[in-house]
Amino acid sequence: MSKPESPYPLAAHSRSLSPDTRHLLWSVAPGVIWIVVFLVLPSLYLIGVAFMTNGPYGQPQMPLTLDAFSQLAGFGFLGWSPGNLYTLLRSLWQTLLATGLVILVAYPLAYRISISREKWRALMLLAVVVPSWTNQVIRAFGWMNLLSPGTPLAELAQFFGLIGPNMGLYPSNFAVTLGLIYNFLPFMVLPLYAAFEKLDYALVEAARDLYASPLRAFWLAVFPQTLPGLLAGTVLVSIPAFGMYVVPELLGGGRAMMLGNLVASQFAGGSNWPLGAAGALIMLLATFGGLFAMRRIGKRLSGGEEVVI
Amino acid sequence: MTVSPSAEPDAVDTQRVRDASAIALRNLHKRFGRDAVALDGVDLDIHAGEFFTLLGPSGCGKTTLLRILAGLEAPNEGSLTIGGKDVTTTPPHLRSVNTVFQSYALFPHLSVHDNIAFGLRMKGVAAAERERRVQEIADFIKLGALMERRVNQLSGGQRQRVALARALVCEPDVLLLDEPLSALDAGLRNQLQVELQRTQKRLGMTFVFVTHDQEEAMVMSDRIAVLDGGVIQQVGPPQTVYEHPINAFVARFMGHVNLFEIDSVSGDRVTTALGQLRLEQPLAEHERHGMLLIRQEVIELGPEVPEGYNALEGVVRERLYRGSRVEYRLEVDGVVLLATASNLGQRLHAVGDRVTVSICPEDIVRLDA
Repeated sequence: MSKPESPYPLAAHSRSLSPDTRHLLWSVAPGVIWIVVFLVLPSLYLIGVAFMTNGPYGQPQMPLTLDAFSQLAGFGFLGWSPGNLYTLLRSLWQTLLATGLVILVAYPLAYRISISREKWRALMLLAVVVPSWTNQVIRAFGWMNLLSPGTPLAELAQFFGLIGPNMGLYPSNFAVTLGLIYNFLPFMVLPLYAAFEKLDYALVEAARDLYASPLRAFWLAVFPQTLPGLLAGTVLVSIPAFGMYVVPELLGGGRAMMLGNLVASQFAGGSNWPLGAAGALIMLLATFGGLFAMRRIGKRLSGGEEVVI
Repeated sequence: MTVSPSAEPDAVDTQRVRDASAIALRNLHKRFGRDAVALDGVDLDIHAGEFFTLLGPSGCGKTTLLRILAGLEAPNEGSLTIGGKDVTTTPPHLRSVNTVFQSYALFPHLSVHDNIAFGLRMKGVAAAERERRVQEIADFIKLGALMERRVNQLSGGQRQRVALARALVCEPDVLLLDEPLSALDAGLRNQLQVELQRTQKRLGMTFVFVTHDQEEAMVMSDRIAVLDGGVIQQVGPPQTVYEHPINAFVARFMGHVNLFEIDSVSGDRVTTALGQLRLEQPLAEHERHGMLLIRQEVIELGPEVPEGYNALEGVVRERLYRGSRVEYRLEVDGVVLLATASNLGQRLHAVGDRVTVSICPEDIVRLDA
C-alpha cells in the first residue's frame, strides 16, 4: 500500500523540494518577476509593434506588415531616400570611432594610474570618475560652450584652417565624437585599470628573458593579460554609445543624428511607433551581433580561454 | 630531465664546457630607493660549466644578483661580463641568458608546446628547426604527453619542468634558476634536485642557482657563495663552506649551533665558556679573537676518551630521536652544547644522564665573529 494521501497536496509537493532548492526559488523570485514584467514583456510588446501598421495618429495597429522595416531602410511615399540609412551608418561609425579613441586614451591612462603610488591612485581614479557624477545634459552644454563660435578652441581650429571663419566646432559630427569619448572614458578606464592592477609582471620579465623586445613583450605578455578588461570596457562603451541620445541631440544639431535620436523622435513626436520599434529592434540585434563577435574575438585572442563579458 | 643514457638526443651538447659562459662580477652595487642596499660591492667569478649557488636568507641580495645577471635589473655601479663580453647595460632579450623563475611565469594563454617554443620564436628560429628542438627538449625532459595541455592544467612539478624546458631549449650560455624548487613538496624536491644536477652535468652549461636552503645548495652545487646584507661572505665548494665557515654568520646559516667566543689564548689552549680546549696547533697572532666552532656531529659521547682528545663532563638535558640519528642537548658547565650521534644501535643516553664529551682537537675550527 502506498502511504496515505496528504490532505495538503501543495504542502506535500513543497516538502519534496530540498530546503536549498526552496531557498533558491524564494531568493530568485523577485528578480525573475522584475525581469519578466519590466524587460521581457515590454520587449515582446516592442517586437510586436515593430511588425504592426502605423495608424493615422501614429498609434500601432493591425495588420502585421514589414512596412516599418522598409521605411527604416528609406522607402517612403516619395520613393527611396538614404536619410535613415545614413543615420544607421553614422551610429555605427560614431560608435566604432568613439570606442577606438576611448581605448587609445584609456589604455595608457589606466596603465599610468596602475603604476602610480598607492595614495595617488585613488585620487586619479576619482578624477576619472567624478565628471560622470554630473548630469549628462549639463556636461553636453559645457561642451557646447567650449566649442561654439568665438571660443578659444574654435578660434584655434580656424587658425589651422580646420573650419571656416565665424564657424564653431559645434554642432558637428566631431562634437558628437568628442562628447561620446568624454562621456564613456570612465567605463573604459575602470575595467582596464582593474586588469592592469593585477597584471603579473613576472610574465613580462619572462618574455624579456626569452628574447622578446620591449614591443613584443608588450604585445605577447601585457596585452593578453589586459584583454578581458579591454573587452569589458569595449562592451560598456560601445553598447550605450550606439544608442546614445543626449550627446548627438545636443552636440550634433540636426545633421549628426544617431539611431537613438531617430527612435526617440518616432515615439516622442508620436509620429510612427512601428518605425521607432523597428529601429529599436535593429539596435538590439546589432548589439547582440556585436557581443557575439566580441566573444569570438576574445576567445581567439586569449587562446580559447573563456572571456566573460 | 631524467637521464637515460640510451635516449640521448645528439643536438644537446654533452659534457662540453662552453668557454663563452664564464661570468665575472666586479664591484657590483645596487640600491633600491634611497637607503635600501641590495648589493654592496660584489666581486665574484663563476666558472664556465659550473653549478654555482647563491645562498642566503631572504633579503640578502641573492635574487637581486640573479636579476642583474638576467638583465632585469641594472646595477648602480660595477660591471658584469659574460664570456669576456661586458653586458652590464645589455637588455635581457640580447643576452644569451635564460631564467627559470620562482613562480615559473609560464604564459597562461599558451599551451605547453607554445610556452617552450616562445624563446625560439622570438629569436627567429625557422619553424622546422624550432619544432625539432622543442620536440627534442620535450623528450629530454619527459614532457611528451603534456605538450598540448594548457599551463593551468599542470601540477607544480610539471610546471617546473615546463619552465626548465622553456629556458633550456634556447641553449643559453648561462641558465639562472631562482628558487625553482621552493614551491614543491619535499619528496619531489629531492628528486628534482638530483635530476637538475644531472642535467647540468650532462649539458655542461653554467647554472646559477638561488636558494635559501643550505642542504639543497650543498647537494647540488660545485661551489656556493653565501651572501648576507648584500655582501658575499664566503665562496667555496660545499664541503669547505660547511666544515670551515669563515665567520659566525656562515656557520649559523649552514646549520651550526655550537659556537663559543674565545676568551683567552695561551699556546694551543683556548678558553671559552665551555672551559679550556686544546686545539691542533697554536693560533696565530691575528686569530686570537673570534669564535670556536664544534660541529654537532664530531662530538663523541662515551665513557672512554680517545688519546689526545678534549674531555668535558656534561648532563643530557634533552633528547631528540630522529631515526637515523639522535640529537642530544647537553649542559656543560652551565653552557648548552648540541651533539648528534648516528643511530648505530648503541644504547641511547637518557635525559639526566651524566656523559663524558670527547672532542678531537682537529675538529675544532676557529672563525671570525
